[in-house]
Amino acid sequence: MSANGQTQNPVPTYTKKDFESGVDPRWCPGCGDFSIINQVQKAMPNVGVARENIVFISGIGCSSRFPYYMNNYGMHTLHGRAPSFASGLKVSRPELMVWVITGDGDALAIGGNHFIHTMRRNLDLKVLMFNNRIYGLTKGQVSPTSLLGQKTKTTPHGSPDYPFNAPALALGAGATFVARSIDVEGAHMGGVIAAAAAHKGSTFVEVFQNCPVFNDGAYTFLTDKAVKTEAILRMEAGKPLLFGKDNKKGIRFDGQKAELQVVTLGEDGVTEKDILIHDPTRADPTIAFMMANLSDRAGFPTPIGIFRDVRKPTADEMTWEMIGATKAKKGERSLVKFLSDADTWQVK
Amino acid sequence: MQPNTGKTRPVEQVEGVTIRFVGDSGDGMQLVGSEFTKASAIAGNDLATFPDFPAEIRAPTGSLAGVSGYQVNFGSRDIFTPGDQPDVLVAMNPAALKTNLQDLRPGGILITNSGAYTEGNLEKAGYKSHPLDDDALKKNYKVVSVDMDKLTQAALAGSGLSNKDVARCRNYFALGMMYWLYSRPPEAQLENIRAKFKKKPEIAEANVKVFQAGHAFGETTELFVSQYTVPAAKLAPGTYRNVTGNGAAALALATVAKLTGREVFLGSYPITPATEILQDSSYFKDMGVVTYQAEDEIAGIGSAIGASFGGSLGVTTTSGPGLALKSEMLGLAVIAELPLVVIDVQRGGPSTGMPTKTEQSDLYIALFGRHGEAPMPVIAARSPADCFYATLEGFQIATKWMTPVLVLTDGYLGFGSEPFRIPEEGELAPFEVKYQTTPNYNGQYMPYLRDAKLIRPWAVPGTAGLEHRIGGLEKDSMSGMVSYDGMNHEKMVKTRAQKIRNVIEDVPDVVVDGEPTGDLLLLSWGGTYGSVRGAAARLRGQGKKVGHVHLRWLNPLPKNLGAVLKAFKKVLVPEVNDGQLANYMRMSFPGLDPLQFNRINGKAIKISELTAKVNEILG
Repeated sequence: MSANGQTQNPVPTYTKKDFESGVDPRWCPGCGDFSIINQVQKAMPNVGVARENIVFISGIGCSSRFPYYMNNYGMHTLHGRAPSFASGLKVSRPELMVWVITGDGDALAIGGNHFIHTMRRNLDLKVLMFNNRIYGLTKGQVSPTSLLGQKTKTTPHGSPDYPFNAPALALGAGATFVARSIDVEGAHMGGVIAAAAAHKGSTFVEVFQNCPVFNDGAYTFLTDKAVKTEAILRMEAGKPLLFGKDNKKGIRFDGQKAELQVVTLGEDGVTEKDILIHDPTRADPTIAFMMANLSDRAGFPTPIGIFRDVRKPTADEMTWEMIGATKAKKGERSLVKFLSDADTWQVK
Repeated sequence: MQPNTGKTRPVEQVEGVTIRFVGDSGDGMQLVGSEFTKASAIAGNDLATFPDFPAEIRAPTGSLAGVSGYQVNFGSRDIFTPGDQPDVLVAMNPAALKTNLQDLRPGGILITNSGAYTEGNLEKAGYKSHPLDDDALKKNYKVVSVDMDKLTQAALAGSGLSNKDVARCRNYFALGMMYWLYSRPPEAQLENIRAKFKKKPEIAEANVKVFQAGHAFGETTELFVSQYTVPAAKLAPGTYRNVTGNGAAALALATVAKLTGREVFLGSYPITPATEILQDSSYFKDMGVVTYQAEDEIAGIGSAIGASFGGSLGVTTTSGPGLALKSEMLGLAVIAELPLVVIDVQRGGPSTGMPTKTEQSDLYIALFGRHGEAPMPVIAARSPADCFYATLEGFQIATKWMTPVLVLTDGYLGFGSEPFRIPEEGELAPFEVKYQTTPNYNGQYMPYLRDAKLIRPWAVPGTAGLEHRIGGLEKDSMSGMVSYDGMNHEKMVKTRAQKIRNVIEDVPDVVVDGEPTGDLLLLSWGGTYGSVRGAAARLRGQGKKVGHVHLRWLNPLPKNLGAVLKAFKKVLVPEVNDGQLANYMRMSFPGLDPLQFNRINGKAIKISELTAKVNEILG
């Protein structure tokens, strides 16, 4: 507990309404952001933290209006810089639960440096990134997650840039919790948000979010009724990675080729025993990284759920352990004693 | 040389001496300089020091670029600066001689290590002939040429140390000679060496031997005609320590935490010449200082603002290029109205400029370097020890007025040192930092509902019922919610500006050093204080009607400044830049057109050159 910290208040029983600020969200009709805030507000009564100890910090972009609509402490900061504010807040007030609300342009373009360092440090920050693969607030320019060839206002002939795979980037940077969900999968997203809230350490959640105005239909390849069973792979801890109609397809790890493959149960002697069991707690992030990259590969489904969830000492925990140890070692020092801790001499 | 035959040399008493130690950056000149400084401080001298080193960590050995120096000015009277011109130059190799000889006072003492004047080193220094054979050199200076390499080797014969280790001891030979020359008791130094090299006793003993050999050499040779003593200065009674400006700023952070009972959060990124503040502060964990080395300058200030939102006292430290990067964040701190202190240790610019050289060229960016209408208080430290008080004041203003405050220091102050009287118990008054804990408007919390001074309340996360949202968008004048109403924006801009103008109640009037009227007023700010005060005193000693005003407050400007300036026939603004304060004065006091004296050579203004300039003006 820092000197500025209030005593930990008892947590009252809340309902979703307690987390609504009463300000009407100014998002376009049909925006995926509505679904995300709905799930966050639903999850908050159950995270076991008093409302006044939960803080939402955002950058700039459509998603970053989010804190204004939550009835918590919040700060709407600068483009890309939300993780830096959140880091200072969390290091100085470790008892707070701190969320960073960001978008693909905010987190991965202008804020890319802060993003990777936030993941690396394993500060206990929860980064919720709304990925609509477009700049919405500036009305439709290419973003770092726009697809190769995507036509936008600044790439009228198609984007010549390869996009970031955000979970893969977070894993590469050392995040200890990495997950993905989709705006239209409300129940799934709610589960992911609850798990993110429970995790201690650098937490990254990507939510595929449709922008109905500037990039409408970006995720229909996953969400259309006709294709979703084959296109989405739902990762569940301890269970084999199965997908498709009647869960007939699965992901196999080929040890000789060191690669993930799509196989069909019952074909070529494949049984459920050949299917990779999903384990987000593996200390080594390599398999999680391979899973994250599946969404970029032709012929593979897009995984949603939790890629990685491991517990390591967090930067804020270690900072305060060091502070405690230094205090124990030095004892209570008066100001004069502190200032005199040097070669001194007397003048009479 | 002849051994001493028992003849005692005269001991001359002098008021003040400036010594410059110069050598290769690996020669240990900073160490020798600071050790000698310590001895002078303990002898009761007032003093000021300044190190001068290259931006490169280790330029090639023997090269001109690799010369590193340390200057100390000590005396029995008030010492204002590290000294204009050295009276003694200790040059450890030809490159050091080449780059520093022009600064040595005519008739001054040159002590040099003749062993380093090898053909290779002479060539690297660009000497075509042996400079020590030059008759003009001997005519102009008292040249003491000593083969310190050989004498160090002789002192350590049979020690079993490698040649490299032996060579590294020779700086202590030079130090030993200086101890003798200035009558410093050598015993304390022996203890210092043993403490410093506690983990390597064989190196400690070698340095002790070499130091003693240097001291004995001074005593027994006929190279020095006289020995000198500098009596103790009349400083205010108390306990003293030596501080650099950066060290003093770091001490202030812990002091603020202690005086307020709040955590001080320093978010920063390494940058010359400000880095030492972050380094030093990272040892003050038990004193309520939390340090955080961010991934860049922007995150340094961002983390500090985030911590301030959480109720900590956020501070960031930087230099020019970093301040440029922090501009957008400063705007946010202005509009959010959160307390924040930014310590800018100025260096030569623009761009990367001259990282290790001093300059006062961030005044414009401090006053005006943000987009939108974004005024903030700006204050400047005047001496290394004053960096402590300027930082302290920065926090008092930031927390009282809920505003970011810029504290300007510079490389000259940050690296320079002087004695610092340690405040006694109770001498520094605690200051209260209040949080809002109850609703302030009909049972609700309005974060931008102001008091009579236009200060807004500060409610921090963890306070139930006061949950609120703030940010960089223009906000409603009460609730803080986003507002795009033009009239509200105009009101907010004017309110924020008026709040900063209201800070004037904490700005003391300026006091003229000298008579309140006269022929010329020297107007200075920041790190030039010592030089200008020294010049003013010298000029008045010459019968000139010269006053001096030194500004701590750059925004808001002191109330009486305009009237004070008008009371002199002429105003001269000496600055280490191209005239930023002078222009600011023209803008602030229409009709006033001050004369300028500008140096932009990476060095502090010398008392002598400023004195000459004033004499030229006054005729």
